[in-house]
Amino acid sequence: MEILHLEGAEDTPKIILDKNNGIFEISGRSLPEDCAEFYQPILDWIGEYAEDANGDTNFVFKLEYFNTASSKLILDILSKLEDIPNISISWYFHEDDEDMEEAGEEFSELVEIPFEFKTY
Amino acid sequence: MKYIYDLHKTMLAENLILVYEGEFTQEITKSVLAMAERNMDSMGEESGIKRKVFNVMVECLQNIVKHSEDPDLKAEKRHTAIFMIGKHKDEYIITSGNSIKAENIEGLSTKLDKINSLDKEGLKTLYKDIIKNTDLSEKGGAGLGFVDMARKSGQKLEYDFQDINDKLSFFSLKTTISRIN
Repeated sequence: MEILHLEGAEDTPKIILDKNNGIFEISGRSLPEDCAEFYQPILDWIGEYAEDANGDTNFVFKLEYFNTASSKLILDILSKLEDIPNISISWYFHEDDEDMEEAGEEFSELVEIPFEFKTY
Repeated sequence: MKYIYDLHKTMLAENLILVYEGEFTQEITKSVLAMAERNMDSMGEESGIKRKVFNVMVECLQNIVKHSEDPDLKAEKRHTAIFMIGKHKDEYIITSGNSIKAENIEGLSTKLDKINSLDKEGLKTLYKDIIKNTDLSEKGGAGLGFVDMARKSGQKLEYDFQDINDKLSFFSLKTTISRIN
């Protein structure tokens, strides 16, 4: 499966989705003008990956900031990931960023996926 | 030329560190954010406060960008808006003002009053309810902006409407971020 790799910008996150190397990561800042358009290729990639997923999948969110429109799309991503067997989420937050920690906790309450919380 | 000095004095009196009036786009949003970040960095602002200010700014600015695309506002040449940040000893005050259609006043007031009636837990519940049950609007909004601003602020969102004419009204919004932990 093709690797989806997007370099981050000041308003869009860095994305690496790499099935062969088992790397699934969204990091940085997410406040694109059109969140639905930005996240569509990511949702499509995950949809395709779900049809023939690796034995285990650890999906990493290492976000510094995301706007409310992105939060809706993050929930869409998590909902799609729910269908994948042996899926887990690593939710990173800066050690003094309680809001990002709480955001992760809220997402974990909205989907049936195990979350591991880590600081950076 | 007196207006220059008057504006300068007003900005000093209100402790305004940034004022922007004009058209709002994603590019402008990024520039305003970068300016405010640099300003807070150079003043050595604490990272937690900086994050909250950034957060409220993004929601506020992107709200304006989305609503300024309204063709009725453009037709009336009322699609520009004002955005300001005031820095005081104990708090940051983030304010914005933009024209809206008079028919939207009621809906907006109802929404803001509901948000202001809720405590921390109530806002969290409302946030989760909206994120679960609503789709993005045509304009790409999640309907979560004000809720998020209230959560990050921890204080009431102050707002006001001033009539422009019988069709339009000027909507002012003020969000406070405490600098005291």
